[in-house]
Amino acid sequence: MTSATSQPQVRAQPSRPSAPPAVVVDHVDKAFKLPHQQYHTLKERALHPFRKDTHDVLQAVDDVTFEVEEGEFFGIVGRNGSGKSTLLKCLAGIYDIDAGDLHVRGRLSPFIELGVGFNMDLTARDNVIINAIMLGLTRQQARERFDEIIAFAELEDFLDLKLKNYSSGMTVRLAFSVAIQVDAEVLLIDEVLAVGDAAFQQKCFAEFHRLKDEGRTILFVTHDMAAVERFCDRAMLIEKGRLVDIGEPAAIARRYNELNFGRSVPHLGSPNAEERFGDRAAEIVASWFEDAEGVQVAELGHGQVGFVCLDARFHEDVEDPVFGVVLRNETGAAVFASTTDLLHGPTGRFAAGERVVARMRFENWLVAGTYSVTPSIARPGFGADAIDLRADVAQLVVHGWFPTGGATNLPHSFEVARG
Amino acid sequence: MSATVAGTGAKRRYGPSAFGDDLRRFWALTLTLATTEFKLRYFGSVLGYFWSLVRPLLFFGVLYAFFTVVLNLGQGVPHYPVYLLSSIVLWTFFTETTNGCVQCLLAREGLLRKMRFPRLVIPLSVALTAVFNLAANFVAVLAFALASGVEVRWSWLELAPLLLLLATLAIGVGMLLSSLYVRYRDIQPIWEVVVQALFYGSPIIYVAAQYAEKGGDRIMHAAVTLNPIATLLTQSGHAFVDASFPTAATAAGGGARLLIPLAIVAATFALGLWVFSREAPRIAEHL
Repeated sequence: MTSATSQPQVRAQPSRPSAPPAVVVDHVDKAFKLPHQQYHTLKERALHPFRKDTHDVLQAVDDVTFEVEEGEFFGIVGRNGSGKSTLLKCLAGIYDIDAGDLHVRGRLSPFIELGVGFNMDLTARDNVIINAIMLGLTRQQARERFDEIIAFAELEDFLDLKLKNYSSGMTVRLAFSVAIQVDAEVLLIDEVLAVGDAAFQQKCFAEFHRLKDEGRTILFVTHDMAAVERFCDRAMLIEKGRLVDIGEPAAIARRYNELNFGRSVPHLGSPNAEERFGDRAAEIVASWFEDAEGVQVAELGHGQVGFVCLDARFHEDVEDPVFGVVLRNETGAAVFASTTDLLHGPTGRFAAGERVVARMRFENWLVAGTYSVTPSIARPGFGADAIDLRADVAQLVVHGWFPTGGATNLPHSFEVARG
Repeated sequence: MSATVAGTGAKRRYGPSAFGDDLRRFWALTLTLATTEFKLRYFGSVLGYFWSLVRPLLFFGVLYAFFTVVLNLGQGVPHYPVYLLSSIVLWTFFTETTNGCVQCLLAREGLLRKMRFPRLVIPLSVALTAVFNLAANFVAVLAFALASGVEVRWSWLELAPLLLLLATLAIGVGMLLSSLYVRYRDIQPIWEVVVQALFYGSPIIYVAAQYAEKGGDRIMHAAVTLNPIATLLTQSGHAFVDASFPTAATAAGGGARLLIPLAIVAATFALGLWVFSREAPRIAEHL
């Protein structure tokens, strides 16, 4: 919306088309042997020297080829067990590949797991230096960047505290700060952002954006289609180790959902396929989302306050029209629906030619994803005769994280009592 | 497309390996892991250094009391306590390195499965930590030797190449054990037994000359020729403790025979390196 003038399509192109790609994956295969019975000891090996070593082969990455241009934000999506993490580990140089060719230009920083090698008995100060060296800095460089690392993590007051006394959130912040400061040309991110609070997550994404603007290349593995559509220039879908599709993030996200839910999902908000009905005694001119400040938005953080708005013009006099809102998620399921009839009561009389803006305030307990709104105006009463209903006219991307995998997050708390 | 990446700093072989492609980073990592381990041991408790000295000293005390008072083993050996202490410290270095290496890859599983770095760093850092401990223990040996009236001689410098050979042997064994342990978990009890045999088979609680007393010169020649640890301890006794100790050449029955223990050290190291390098790319997935 507001960024429409900045032409994201142009920005998505590599800055120098002649520059060699940052990541080249050329017909890469990676298989794991799954032995039927594994010999774990020399004794067994010595006792059964001729027993045949039978095993199944799991082809985790199967003939995958793609390139990532310098400065690209590239998404890799796929279901659990599709091989995306194995592919990332091959890229990170942790697994050796069986066949094919694989290159990464420049230093690579893997965000596969943060804080690897952190020692709980050492202070934050020592751990930062050690972790930075593990990630590829020299001792000298690690010392030079120390202040920046601590400043980014906002942990200046806890430098000499042993890590075992840190909260998990603090540890993650520290680890992320180190990883971001190693000045890698290529970043591999494997859903590590599923930790830390919402504010820090936003900071991380902002940081990734800054790095991208500096021309760093980012490979991002995730299940979160909202994040893919929001951040990636291009994305790739893999399934059972094979590359299924590569291209526009929105298209890839759709294919992912098709794979996941086994059916086609209507493309949200496509104007030509608009579903609209009603007798048009009034007309919904527009519908949009606003944040708590009343600014029109296309995205909203989980837990924040927002508004669903509709702008309507009346062509006839209408008594007590009912304004309604339905929110649907990517699968097309209505996750929320409400009307003024239920909560507001009679709305009063509206004359022909009158213009009205209805706002529904809500606390955003939707989980991360893309949602569409279907606003409606109807006549009061049991029949709820539609005056105007426009399906899926506006979209909202919800970001932020709630880990249950449910469709919404209800405000809740737990009590556990022993009987 | 592959033509465009051929030059321009693209790395050829990409997967994990024993040495990696940057020797400076290799060394920085080894040093970092070793110093961290050392730091944790020494500064974890107030009496850290004291405790790390206590172990070999206590071991020494027990052996000394038992073998001199009960068995009268050191009779007639000049500066026997100094010899006993110095060989225990050297032996401790060998066992610390090799025993530490057996499970080191498993202990660092988190690193191996999550990060790209030269795999050899891990066993080497174990050896380096043992070197730091050896240096700390050697302070005690020196103090004890001087207090016992051992003469300061130029031949003490011979200890440097002897230690280097011992370290080469220990690292060779360490590389072999650590990579085999990933596949075969009974390497650990097997190695424990081998260590016991080596302890009694090497002149630690006795001196090389005592092989000859019990079984004749041929036994001594064979022991010092075929067991590189015996060769190294014998020569270090001659160089460090007292000139009246037989040299390794004498004990082996001729200087030329010393080529055999040297060849064993070199072969062990080469074998360890070969096996480790072969296993290195797949360690992360076999763990």
